[in-house]
Amino acid sequence: MSDALIELDAVSRSFSVGGGLFSRKQPLHAVSGVSLAIARGEALALVGESGCGKSTLARMVIGLLEPSGGEIRLEGRTLAAHGRRAVARRIQPIFQDPYSSLNPRKTVGAIIELPLEVQGLSGRQERRRQVEAMMAHVGLAPRLYHNYPNQLSGGQRQRVAIARALVTRPEVVVCDEPTSALDVSVQSQILNLLQDLRRELGLTYVFISHNLAVVEHIATRVAVMYLGRIVEEAATAELFRAPRHPYTRALLDSVLTPEPGLGVPDTHLGAAYPDPIDPPPGCAFHPRCSAALAQCRRDQPALAGDDRGRVACHLYVSSRSGLTRRPS
Amino acid sequence: MAALLEVEDLRVDIPTPAGPLHAVRGIDLRLEQGETLCLVGESGCGKSLTALALMGLLPARARRSAGRLEFSGQDLLALSERGMADLRGDRIAMVFQEPMTSLNPAYTVGNQLEEALLRHRRLTRAKARERAVLLLDRVGITGSGSRLQQYPHQLSGGLRQRVMIAMALMCGPELIVADEPTTALDVTIQAQILHLLKELQREFRMALMLITHDLGIVARVADRVAVMYAGEVVESAPVDALFRAPRHPYTQGLMRCIPVPGRTQPGEKLGVIAGLVPTPIGELRGCQFRNRCEQAQAGCAEPGPAFTRIAAEHRVRCVLAS
Repeated sequence: MSDALIELDAVSRSFSVGGGLFSRKQPLHAVSGVSLAIARGEALALVGESGCGKSTLARMVIGLLEPSGGEIRLEGRTLAAHGRRAVARRIQPIFQDPYSSLNPRKTVGAIIELPLEVQGLSGRQERRRQVEAMMAHVGLAPRLYHNYPNQLSGGQRQRVAIARALVTRPEVVVCDEPTSALDVSVQSQILNLLQDLRRELGLTYVFISHNLAVVEHIATRVAVMYLGRIVEEAATAELFRAPRHPYTRALLDSVLTPEPGLGVPDTHLGAAYPDPIDPPPGCAFHPRCSAALAQCRRDQPALAGDDRGRVACHLYVSSRSGLTRRPS
Repeated sequence: MAALLEVEDLRVDIPTPAGPLHAVRGIDLRLEQGETLCLVGESGCGKSLTALALMGLLPARARRSAGRLEFSGQDLLALSERGMADLRGDRIAMVFQEPMTSLNPAYTVGNQLEEALLRHRRLTRAKARERAVLLLDRVGITGSGSRLQQYPHQLSGGLRQRVMIAMALMCGPELIVADEPTTALDVTIQAQILHLLKELQREFRMALMLITHDLGIVARVADRVAVMYAGEVVESAPVDALFRAPRHPYTQGLMRCIPVPGRTQPGEKLGVIAGLVPTPIGELRGCQFRNRCEQAQAGCAEPGPAFTRIAAEHRVRCVLAS
């Protein structure tokens, strides 16, 4: 896998939580043993319910969090070996809420310029020129240069956040729910912009969203996470056409597409998302799975792959022709 | 047969330093028994204020006026604050977006559920508890006996929203007003909650007014839809007609903005609605969407436009339709 731009090798991260007056601190395994290769130019989506570890994983890829186990490599060298500043130049984040991710006391121009300053790139005039060019690129009118974030609409703010992320010409952009806080008509503008930028600048995206219609639209590959682990991974079209993991199926069934007459599906997911501090034994999904076998309650399924993708589920067995579903 | 809820010319004005903000500008709504009406629109279109105005829950500085506001034959405009409070939570119940802010963190779930019933009925606490247990079971909360002793922060978001729904059902309301009830939840939980709401609606024969920005939810849940823009209803129609043949340029624009599996190709350009939502301050004339409308004509700046009836239940506020 030497052609991967970013490699995650058995990456884990745990936090210690609780520790109130009467309770002991307990370890919470937010991400457990995730291995993943991200190729240059692809748009990899991480999907899953809240608490599945997708944001923690994204924060580790940006370098904001250290893995507590395993390592993340950028072109073969660990992020730590690259150094904080070098990583920041090549991997940039775009966050969900453009209301809280922009400094309200700084002008649009100053916000977008800051990464260039931090990186010590170019002189003052050259920086200004680059900021203006990037503003034009993301569709911000030049007159907004001296405006403050509170004078902008939500869509304009997200464009500022995108311009700030791209001004140092990074290779990888980690987008954590970039359109969730936006209205429908603005969301489509930002999605179009992200698509255009990826093509024009040859960007690689790690894209987190709970909106699966958006994921299907923008991602080239999807990794489904459940309780800190990847349970399925496949090319987008393949995953949406023929999901294999029962959890992926349930997730896709839950999507309310704008088609009247279909009603609200009954996902049969039953019990709520498990407590990550006290995860179920075996396959973490088994309490909610209608196809669970005795083995699922006991053994953690490994992520097995074939040419269609990877899936961690006891319902599938490896054979010469790839993974096949066990007869029920 | 008289409708359960009838609203004519509902207006909400909010004073601002720049002049009154016309947040809701002359809305007509009608809701039959057992029916689901979705109010859909983007932030600032007045959909939430419309609901609050119906319930008499507007912020103190907002002013409400209406030509007619009737709930099951009763004139809400003539009702005192006290009378309105008797109605709320009893015959009309509400479910809000963020259950954590609508539940009281200092009281147990059981206490809050019982309170909803004790406020409106002469009952013993034991009887109220009985109903709380029954309804918690019905909304899919297992181990309801022990859940009653828990505080809101001990529940997940999905469970809290189920508690809110159980609370709304305590008095057996005829109408539930739900404002973005699943926006803060995961897609899986969202589907479960909406499935539950629809099931309970049938079972208890309740009408549902659901406020949302999500066209997917609208398509799957609504019987009828009212699309709002800048404080007005610009199109109202049965759900099938609205999605099959939207007539207002704004509705058409919204539908083009969302990726639809099978209809939009992955990666293809999504439709956009250029420009920004106007702030409805001062005197407003003509169609407020005209500045963003690709089909705008000279006539769009004229006063109006009035509603045009396209079919029995399908009405559009656009000069192009007349």
